[in-house]
Amino acid sequence: MKYQTVIGLEVHLQLSTKTKAFCGCVIDFGKAPNSCVCPVCLGFPGTLPVYNMEALNLAIKVALAFNCQIQEYTKFDRKNYFYPDLPKNYQISQYDLPLSRNGHLYIYSENKPKRIGITRIHLEEDAGKLIHEAEHSLVDFNRTGIPLIEIVSDPVLNSPLEAFDYLTNLKSIVQYLDVSDCDMEKGSLRCDANISLRPEGAEELGVKTELKNMNSFKGVKDALSFEVKRQTELLKNNDPMIQETRLWDAEKGVTVSMRSKEGAKDYRYFPDPDLAPFYINQPMVERLRAQLPELPQEKMRRFMSNYSLSEYDAKILVSSKEDAQFAEGCIQGYLGKDKKVMVNWLIGPLLSEANLRKVKLNELNISKDELISLIGFVERGDISGLAAKGVLNQMIDSGKTAQTLIKEGNLLQVSDTAELEKIIEVVVTENVKSVGDFKSGKTNALMFLVGQVMKKSSGKANPKVVGELIKRRLTDA
Amino acid sequence: MSIDNETIKHVAHLARIELQPNELERLSGQLHDILGFIDKISDLNIENVAPASHILPISNVLREDKPHTSLTPERALENAPSKKGNFFSVPKIIE
Amino acid sequence: MELNQLTAHELLAKLKSGLVNFNAIRDSLYTRIQNIDSKVNAYVRSGGAKKSDSKADPQGMLNGLPITIKDNICTEGLNTECCSKILQGFCPPYDATVISKLKKCGAEIFSLKANMDEFAFGSSTENSYFGPTHNPWNLECVPGGSSGGSAAAVSCDEAIWALGSDTGGSIRQPASFCAVVGLKPTYGRVSRFGLIAFASSLDQIGPITKDVQDAAILTQIISGYDPNDSTSVNKDVPDYTKSLTNDIKGLKIGIPKEYFIEGLDPEVKSITEEAINKLKTLGASVSQVSLPHTEYAVPVYYIIATAEASSNLARFDGVQYGYRAKSDNLVQMYKQTRAEGFGDEAKRRIILGTFALSHGYYDAYYLRALKVRTLIKQDFEQVFSDFDCIVAPTSPTAAFKIGERTSDPLKMYLSDIYTISVNLAGIPAISIPCGFTKNTLPVGLQIAAGAFNEEMLFRVAHTFEQNTQWHKLKPRL
Repeated sequence: MKYQTVIGLEVHLQLSTKTKAFCGCVIDFGKAPNSCVCPVCLGFPGTLPVYNMEALNLAIKVALAFNCQIQEYTKFDRKNYFYPDLPKNYQISQYDLPLSRNGHLYIYSENKPKRIGITRIHLEEDAGKLIHEAEHSLVDFNRTGIPLIEIVSDPVLNSPLEAFDYLTNLKSIVQYLDVSDCDMEKGSLRCDANISLRPEGAEELGVKTELKNMNSFKGVKDALSFEVKRQTELLKNNDPMIQETRLWDAEKGVTVSMRSKEGAKDYRYFPDPDLAPFYINQPMVERLRAQLPELPQEKMRRFMSNYSLSEYDAKILVSSKEDAQFAEGCIQGYLGKDKKVMVNWLIGPLLSEANLRKVKLNELNISKDELISLIGFVERGDISGLAAKGVLNQMIDSGKTAQTLIKEGNLLQVSDTAELEKIIEVVVTENVKSVGDFKSGKTNALMFLVGQVMKKSSGKANPKVVGELIKRRLTDA
Repeated sequence: MSIDNETIKHVAHLARIELQPNELERLSGQLHDILGFIDKISDLNIENVAPASHILPISNVLREDKPHTSLTPERALENAPSKKGNFFSVPKIIE
Repeated sequence: MELNQLTAHELLAKLKSGLVNFNAIRDSLYTRIQNIDSKVNAYVRSGGAKKSDSKADPQGMLNGLPITIKDNICTEGLNTECCSKILQGFCPPYDATVISKLKKCGAEIFSLKANMDEFAFGSSTENSYFGPTHNPWNLECVPGGSSGGSAAAVSCDEAIWALGSDTGGSIRQPASFCAVVGLKPTYGRVSRFGLIAFASSLDQIGPITKDVQDAAILTQIISGYDPNDSTSVNKDVPDYTKSLTNDIKGLKIGIPKEYFIEGLDPEVKSITEEAINKLKTLGASVSQVSLPHTEYAVPVYYIIATAEASSNLARFDGVQYGYRAKSDNLVQMYKQTRAEGFGDEAKRRIILGTFALSHGYYDAYYLRALKVRTLIKQDFEQVFSDFDCIVAPTSPTAAFKIGERTSDPLKMYLSDIYTISVNLAGIPAISIPCGFTKNTLPVGLQIAAGAFNEEMLFRVAHTFEQNTQWHKLKPRL
């Protein structure tokens, strides 16, 4: 019996506003505990919330970037439950009338695009942080009230790899918008997963398991892979499947049941009477839509058509907004006939350097003008391709121009025909046998002769030009 | 509509209030009366009536993303029944 | 007359002309309190009374005139405990907006807070952790609730004027039981920021005063838009003292027929009818009107108010402030703290409210109640399209004996029948003294008008007051 994996992901993103969702406390990581708090975000008696307009703007932008329909009328609801990191013992969230619905994004795991639906994106506030000690837990409320959005995917991801791709594409789109740090380590991006298995071809969904505590995209993929195995085993053995929440233990590489005696949670959602609803009209939506940058998937398609790039190459270049901007700047600045030359430089040597140094393309300490200059040296034959790669490395390290480094390294190739012909004469005279071999059809001999010229010129001769000249010389004579 | 003791206990748990057995008994009788009285609203035809979840015609209330002065940790913790350094302290959480 | 026996407007005139100093006024209050509050118990925590702690800015128009504040309105540096054990020791680090406004006008916030039913749950002030307040007109009777302390203090000159809060009648009913003036403004007229919430969609802060002129002055000061309260209305505040015209000729007054039914005490009925006749002789025209959904008001109120309260009171859990029960684990701590910290009425309402929101009951109770609320609101809108105001008794009876209704919560709830609809509709209403029963217990007349038409209330109330003597009588204490 074959089973199909069905995965849905819930991503929480912290919006990068200056202040919290419902009060003017500053959002600042690493500040001393309980130093970015006020009576409102502490939920002190008598306090009331007022929503941050920038948070609403950023949230709408995200919803638009994911092609969601923005609700004309939307409101906040209270989600009631008791926990010490929740000062009011309710979270201000959204229940039945979320900000936006029915969006999508594309993933490319099998090298063909797959449309992943997004059920909804809604507004919430974050809770505080707990530190657990032996007999006590300590609470820091700095994080309470930070504006969040929750992005819920349709349960249409069918493998841990697809889930991983969904997350990387989601992050790339959000980064383009500049609305969130998207940093799982800092906690500005969190992900929970829902996974179930069903017999292939079945319509009904299987028993759902909720997974939490994954701290990286890889962690999500690994946790889901583990679950697929675990659940497959259970199903094969006809063991009962219970709906439960499981925590990922990254160290041990297993999920552990969080079975609580509570049973189904009853959050007693009701519209928050302290907050007025929002009417979001078309002009407001269009104004925000106009502020959206070109998004990665659009940019990729444009690179492919404008610069004749392959999908593969285009995907690499658009993976970050800054990289894409840098790359496009270089491609546009490059005035040669075939843009592919520049593209190959970007995807080849530049990307290697970036990966080696663990930075982005645009963080490489090389400007587009300098790169174009370096390529120019190669194209004119002033330096060899091999030498250029070394120069690139040095340019990045030292910040010096190509010109300076080529001079310092004495790398200029000799392409001057007259000069070369002199050396060729000498070589031809000294290597009669090889000349004879070449004339009788042994092409290796040409390479040998070129090599000799290279030696005599201390490697400075332009091998291509030399080859051509030798051929001419020997064919003529 | 009646409300049985099991339901009251469940609701008390949702509300995190420990009820003594005699409280439960008393509450049961009182809630029975109150709910009986409240049930009167089930008579009404409310087919096409919109719920008054917000009584005022206010909407789109927003504030600017501008910082204000936060409390110092000392002020924030002034009323805390139990604290450790600059943290609020609560007893162990048993899952 | 002693200084404390004067009205605010009389004292303001004396303060302005320099005839009197604000310290003298405060001292006369303390003397009065020392003499009689052991019998009345209008004030709480008087052990910590600070005699000379004035933070007043005597330059403001109020020139240091003291005002008494109900124990559920946050006053920085002065304990605010809602007369509950669970908020024991809570000292807010901030002022309610109304308090800031009063301070800016030069008021002195009186150092003793007024007694109330715990968390405003009650109609008699018998649910206070500090014991009941006794009605100055008859010490064996309740002063009404939940602002019983404020009303009693004003009634027997232990206060010049006071602030109370009104969710279902908690200003108007005690005002009527104590022969003083009490006004509930339109919902959204006065900021709720700093009022410890009972029912967010119903609560309003309002004045309790010796006469209508004082109520107009005080309402003026505390009204107005507050950017810290999302339910605060951005509408200009008129000069309410301009409504004190002593003229109601030609006004159309409606008398709701549904209020004159079984359950209305015959004495209260005849006193009310006499008062209505008085209004007729003063030139108003009086006709019967109908508020057809009146009988549903109390059930709707007890669903909505308790549901919102159950959520608003979830924050009282021993974590950040107030009372905490000893326990070695969190859930037990929550349960014990709330069991020991809340009184019976609080627990009853929280359980009822939680039930109304719980899974399976939300539609039948909470959602349905919200819809019926719309109908109740429409009843009033219909009447006010034709009539200037409505007049009715404030309460079906005069003050009852302490202990008389404590074992029958439903009976207690039903005494709110005339005041509750006003809160559900969000409209303003005032109660003014209009007579006494054979047992010298005060009876109050309630006037209600359309949203933001407080001017109508002051006009009608002032006219009635100026043409009668009820406001001049004082209890013999």
